[in-house]
Amino acid sequence: MAAAAAHVVSGGAIDPFIFRLAIFVLAIFVGYYVVWSVTPALHTPLMSVTNAISSVIVVGALLAVGVHLAADGNWASKVFGFIALVLASVNIFGGFLVTQRMLSMYRRKG
Amino acid sequence: MISANIAALFYLISGVLFILALRGLSSPASARQGNLFAMIGMGIAVVTTLAVAAPRDFSSWLLIIAGLAVGGGIGAFIARNVKMTQMPQLVAAFHSLVGLAAVFVAAAALYAPDAFGIATAGHIHAQALIEMSIGVAIGAFTFTGSVIAFLKLDGRMSGKPIILPSRHQIHLGIGGAILVLIAIFAFTASPVAFWLITILALVLGGLMIIPIGGADMPVVVSMLNSYSGWAAAGIGFTLGNTALIITGALVGSSGAILSYIMCKAMNRSFISVILGGFGGDEAAGGAGVEDDRPVKQGAADDAAFLMKNSSKVIIVPGYGMAVAQAQHAVREMADVLKAEGIDVRYAIHPVAGRMPGHMNVLLAEAQVPYDEVFELEDINSEFSQTDVVYVIGANDVTNPAAKTDKASPIYGMPVLNVEDAGTVLFVKRGMSAGYAGVQNELFFRDNTMMLFGDAKKMTDDIVKAFGH
Repeated sequence: MAAAAAHVVSGGAIDPFIFRLAIFVLAIFVGYYVVWSVTPALHTPLMSVTNAISSVIVVGALLAVGVHLAADGNWASKVFGFIALVLASVNIFGGFLVTQRMLSMYRRKG
Repeated sequence: MISANIAALFYLISGVLFILALRGLSSPASARQGNLFAMIGMGIAVVTTLAVAAPRDFSSWLLIIAGLAVGGGIGAFIARNVKMTQMPQLVAAFHSLVGLAAVFVAAAALYAPDAFGIATAGHIHAQALIEMSIGVAIGAFTFTGSVIAFLKLDGRMSGKPIILPSRHQIHLGIGGAILVLIAIFAFTASPVAFWLITILALVLGGLMIIPIGGADMPVVVSMLNSYSGWAAAGIGFTLGNTALIITGALVGSSGAILSYIMCKAMNRSFISVILGGFGGDEAAGGAGVEDDRPVKQGAADDAAFLMKNSSKVIIVPGYGMAVAQAQHAVREMADVLKAEGIDVRYAIHPVAGRMPGHMNVLLAEAQVPYDEVFELEDINSEFSQTDVVYVIGANDVTNPAAKTDKASPIYGMPVLNVEDAGTVLFVKRGMSAGYAGVQNELFFRDNTMMLFGDAKKMTDDIVKAFGH
């Protein structure tokens, strides 16, 4: 059903889902190798920065807050979007700033 | 307004910047630049979204600015005021926010599918429904799981595992029900099914983390980190957003790797940690025999004397150092020793503390240079050439029984070979067992001197005793 619908939309080309899946799978491999190269001393900043970047989910919140009430949405969507926007913003600012604060403490000898 | 293709390219750029950010963490020297890359990537993603889907009315712009300002203000306030010893609970709290944001974004997409481009003529594509429901299930699970982890780490809830009867069956039942509901939702797009999935995943998240004990939290926090990534990726598929998909994959694999490292450092399987129950009374069963063997006891003056007359000292910090806030006192002690020409180093076990890298951050906060701090495998062979080891707030990770006693619950766990040193100074409040419920064989060794007292006070007293 879904495949058929997408097939019509994409005019017989490959379903965009496949491209997304390809990006996803390759990014997992990139993540695997990049994260193994992170020094154990920085595992806490690693967690806080990954937390901050996963708040890029804010793009979905922005879309929802921006829905045009008359045309294509309802209040529920706007409200949900706004809550998500606030939550994600806490994470973005909090995550990056606390990471910066931690990283600024790491010093070499002397 | 920019075209969707250009927008997609910008999202790709922010994805690449996020990869570079993680790459930067391979060394403290490049880490700050990495964090800057991540911030730029985030900025690009936000601006691109606002450019490609600019709200048509002024009130929406106001809402967006208000949301960013309120959230950003709270975030900045927290980031500035949190104590470094509170990092584990802060990270857990932040994970819960990502999970909850994923739930709300998915809900928003369900109620305004046209704005998200996932529907034709008001009907959401089944594929988008599946992606959405997976995203919301993982997001909801991450939310309550992280809230429980936060409460345990923050000491608002007992760190002891709480065991419910037949909990595994309950978890499996809820998990199965969620899968059935996802199938129903994919065919019907029913909001009722959506909210049922959300509620069940919320319940499951809480139930799964409650039975897990405090010292297993490094694994739990890493695991929730991973889940918050998978939730973001699920939403990324729904929105068809490359930045979100790449980020979700990065965060997901990052958390998974950290969980793996933590499990390996405890010689536990991931499954056994997740099933919970470790560190409670039942684990103490085998080794809970009363021990009245004699131990050698010392005072701050003895410790000061021993350290001052040594040429090489290794400090082994653990969670107890964080609890006592003793990191600054420890650094002061090390400064005095270094001024005397004594070689001072720090040895960190991967699971010391309540999250990966916890001890490193605390030592960095106390201005200990990071090139004096070593990981287990880099320093373990050096204990035999060391005169004095100062164990402060660590316990199970120094237990030699892990190498010799097959009956011990911690047998096989990699431990620091502190007993190879000339003298082990072990700071501890009393003779109680460690988290694993096992008595530490180290206490009864001839070359161990127990220093009973608060970690910070004892260290302060030693610093004072140096002056005598």
